[in-house]
Amino acid sequence: MSENKPVADQTPDENTFFDKPRNVDIILKVFYVICALLVVFDFVVHRHIYVSFEEIPAFYAIYGFVACVVLVVLAKLMRKVLMRDETYYDPEESEDGKA
Amino acid sequence: MWIAQLPPFIPFFIAAFLVTILPSKSRYAMLLVPIWGGLNLFFTGQEGSWITYSVMEFELQLMKVDRLSLMFGYLFHIAALIALTYSLHVKDKLQQVAGMLYAGSALGAAFAGDLLTLFIFWELLALTSVWLIWARRTEKATKAGMRYLIFQVLSGVLLLAGTLAHYHQTGSLAFEYIGLESTASWLIFIALGIKCGFPFLHTWLTDAYPEATPTGTVFLSAFTTKIAIFALARMFPGTELLVYIGAAMTCFPIFYAVIENDLRKVLAYSLINQLGFMVCGIGIGTALALNGAVAHAFNDVIFKGLLFMTMGAVLHRVGHVNGSNLGGLYKTMPKTTVFCIVGAASISAFPLFSGFVSKSMVMAAMIEAGHDYLWLMLLFASAGVFHHAGIKIPFFAFFAHDSGLRPKEAPTNMLAAMFIASVLCIFIGSYPDLMYSLLPWENSYVPYDITHTLTQLQLLFFSALAFVWLNKKGLYPPELRSVNLDMEWFYRKLLPQTAFKVRQLASRTNGAVQAGFVTVVSNLPVIKESSTYSAANLTKRMAGVLAILLLVTYLGKSI
Repeated sequence: MSENKPVADQTPDENTFFDKPRNVDIILKVFYVICALLVVFDFVVHRHIYVSFEEIPAFYAIYGFVACVVLVVLAKLMRKVLMRDETYYDPEESEDGKA
Repeated sequence: MWIAQLPPFIPFFIAAFLVTILPSKSRYAMLLVPIWGGLNLFFTGQEGSWITYSVMEFELQLMKVDRLSLMFGYLFHIAALIALTYSLHVKDKLQQVAGMLYAGSALGAAFAGDLLTLFIFWELLALTSVWLIWARRTEKATKAGMRYLIFQVLSGVLLLAGTLAHYHQTGSLAFEYIGLESTASWLIFIALGIKCGFPFLHTWLTDAYPEATPTGTVFLSAFTTKIAIFALARMFPGTELLVYIGAAMTCFPIFYAVIENDLRKVLAYSLINQLGFMVCGIGIGTALALNGAVAHAFNDVIFKGLLFMTMGAVLHRVGHVNGSNLGGLYKTMPKTTVFCIVGAASISAFPLFSGFVSKSMVMAAMIEAGHDYLWLMLLFASAGVFHHAGIKIPFFAFFAHDSGLRPKEAPTNMLAAMFIASVLCIFIGSYPDLMYSLLPWENSYVPYDITHTLTQLQLLFFSALAFVWLNKKGLYPPELRSVNLDMEWFYRKLLPQTAFKVRQLASRTNGAVQAGFVTVVSNLPVIKESSTYSAANLTKRMAGVLAILLLVTYLGKSI
């Protein structure tokens, strides 16, 4: 199933699109512009309000950003409590119990 | 050409039997089974038709057709076709037979007319699917498969117990609305909850799915959990408790998904998250919400299947799917990359992709039902889905830092299956009306309006912005090879460890007692042979015995 071992040096194609930092920069700039436009739209377009939270200007943009930052920060904290070695469940009886 | 009133599982079971006796090449012909079966169902499946059979005193319904079962019937045929196409290169007959039987069992359950028939197929789902995990033939997979089987069989036992108790109380075996009132209904509820991945009961899913074969997981992700959703929608619609359970299901897995390294495990967590949206919809119980739940189940099978297929392709070519050791695969697997992005866009509910048209129904129903704060939770989960499934999966597998891996593009049959799924994702997302027309409940919903499209785009783009910002700041948690503790810790660590400690304590106590006994015995005064039988000693003993007897007699009299 896993016959294809990595062949690291087989890369004459180092200059693919995403390898050039300039291209990545352009993509990111376009992305930022779209983000800015979406916020601008929020003030131009009249969107329906169903829930009171939605009255906050650009509510969805703020919420999306904050939600993801909170998610990642909390997940990183979770790692401190929950993360174990990869072989944590592996060995049968070789745990510290034998001491 | 068409056979009316044919229970849809039968062609699959016959095909599974044929696979065992025909040469391996026959697997190509097996593709015809879901195609023919699906069309047959489409042309001849009429609502209200059923087939009964008698077992002992029970009149059981093998095939009951209504709009809900038809919807899932179509879905399972599509899923089977995609999964079979995806696994065409697999020559392992065990997997072929198991896959066929498994898909057939799901169809059997979807058209079950009574609870006993449901139970039979419920158990068959467990017994057939576990082989797709064991077929990986590693020690880890064998153990994970065993744990999976224990959970599934437990669910079956609860379903049977609940069914019998329910029959005892009501005299009915009908597979219809039950509601949470009696103990019997609670048993059934928990049985469904296990298969559905309720919080605390979900670990079989995240434990076993990443251990199955690359093709097996595609089968697994399609059927078991969706049958549970189907049964919930039939038996417990409008159960308030489900809204809270569902909201919890949408939120807690995304935290795990962010820090998990095995990308198929990330997808398993995100599967629970998607199930949460469906469970919420069933809990609300309005026509819009139930339609949303069913539509989302329909779409989820396809886009989650697609994502599992892309990761399966990577696993097939590279041998692992650890985010920490992948990256840059787009260079040699461009098609798989594109399919992965389509799946990611669909699960994130990008406009014009399938997730958008179904998840929004549940969200809208949530607002209608007045659950404002739970709606905020679902919105949080929506942003989180995009974060871990929409960005993390494609980014760490195909882009990120160049891992130096240059695997070949996925085999043609895999690409074909991913292509079918991708087309469906885009088609349903762009022309949702066809799918809407198949939905079981009477309701009209318009997914595309300015408000909804704009707000969804804002949510997603700013989630992506958060990802970019966190990455640039170096705050994004790196992919690490690790195990993250989940509920399974209780039975994989605490329980064995406790058992181990108890055993150790027992053997220590046993040793201490034995040692003590030995010391006591060895410290006893050694009685000299010669003195034992001396007349004086005998007299003393006899006197002693006499004294005890007298005492006993005296006590006996005085009482």
